[in-house]
Amino acid sequence: MSNFGFNISNTRVISMDECNMGNVERLHLEVPSFKRCISCGACSATCSAHQFTDFNIRKLHNLYRRGQYAGLQEELKACMLCGKCTLVCPRGVNLRSMIINMRKILYEANKR
Amino acid sequence: MAKYYWNEYQKTIADDKYFYERSCIRQTFFPGSETAFLRIVREELGKDIYDEMNQHTCTGIGYHADVVPLETTMTVVARLFSLMKDAGYTNYVPSCVTSFGVFSEMVEIWNHQPETLEKTRDYLRKATGREFDIPLNLVHPSDIIYKYRFELKDKMKYALVNRFTGKPLQVVEHIGCHYAKIFPEKGVGKAEFPHVLAGMIEAWGGEVVDYPERRHCCGFGFRHYLLQSNRGYSIANTKKKFESMEPFEPDFIVANCPGCTMFMDKWQYTIAEMEHKTYDKDGYGIPVLTYEEMAGLLLGYNPWELGLQLHQVQSEILLDKIGIPYDPKEKYKAADGRILPKPERPNNLLV
Repeated sequence: MSNFGFNISNTRVISMDECNMGNVERLHLEVPSFKRCISCGACSATCSAHQFTDFNIRKLHNLYRRGQYAGLQEELKACMLCGKCTLVCPRGVNLRSMIINMRKILYEANKR
Repeated sequence: MAKYYWNEYQKTIADDKYFYERSCIRQTFFPGSETAFLRIVREELGKDIYDEMNQHTCTGIGYHADVVPLETTMTVVARLFSLMKDAGYTNYVPSCVTSFGVFSEMVEIWNHQPETLEKTRDYLRKATGREFDIPLNLVHPSDIIYKYRFELKDKMKYALVNRFTGKPLQVVEHIGCHYAKIFPEKGVGKAEFPHVLAGMIEAWGGEVVDYPERRHCCGFGFRHYLLQSNRGYSIANTKKKFESMEPFEPDFIVANCPGCTMFMDKWQYTIAEMEHKTYDKDGYGIPVLTYEEMAGLLLGYNPWELGLQLHQVQSEILLDKIGIPYDPKEKYKAADGRILPKPERPNNLLV
């Protein structure tokens, strides 16, 4: 291969046909405020776990909403359920409940 | 319904007396196009078009790469308009889509902010002692070819038809983003359904390929290309378009923007070198023409005088399909009659 000093960037495309959006709908039924998120990142900024680990609620929320569940179950274990994120959320998303329900839904989905 | 949406919007295109401004990069990469445009307007259409020898850059590339400040761009644009005023013309025709976008933007700012217009007049006066007028009609050369497409058709020797099969050629049209995406009302058919190139193709016997990424950027993007480390983003856009159009097996691509023609042409070589991939069946790539080259070919102009040999993807296969004669011995013949050395062959792209 000729060296041009750069490579062709891979286009990041999410194929919605391959995503299981059923889990998103299930979460929406359990935590209706889930869809009010504007991805401001206030939750991640205040998160105690985020100060010491890679745990990032905003990132997890975005991945879950797009149906990209790979590795989420493991990452969700870092949450200590302190609830500070819920206190600071400007859109009133019940984040503590969202995390608990994400864990529950993904656990049941992976058990099958 | 979408197919005919463009009918709802047509822009005003002056009939005659044009002031022509050349493009910085077209004269290097597609040097026959502007000469062909002047020949078509003067000889085929019998119109008056003025080719000013003291013209200069519009600062477009520097402006969009954030190295030229807005006030400087305004003053440089004002100087170009002052050349038009001195020549006694009011219809400005910039060869480049980027220039067309820059001029449209500056005129829009001046129309909304008279105090900025006065400031620009003052800057130009202090710097050069010149005065300028805002053009009464600002159109892109592709608009003029579009306007007179049926008149030109009557003079054409060839059509966009495959002479072996008798079927219309499948043509991908690519409109430069700055033609109508900045100011939709400045483009024929506005931003969503620009008809400027599609109109030419349909009038001259071809068929337009409507592929999913038809309105996607060609990958130029100014700052995305200027730094070598960023060029992966640029080429990724072009690759996305090629992958999208590949299943439709287009015979060629036609563009109205210097950057788009250059990138869609040259990146085919780069992709072939990097990934051993070409987007036609036989490994020659998809020829990319300017609209003047397309019109010139159909009017019977010599392909080598149009400068087709200077493209990365060579167009002999296309010429054979249309039935345009050419002399392979004259391909690299200079204007003074010398035969120039043949360019180096790419490793993977066939020429």
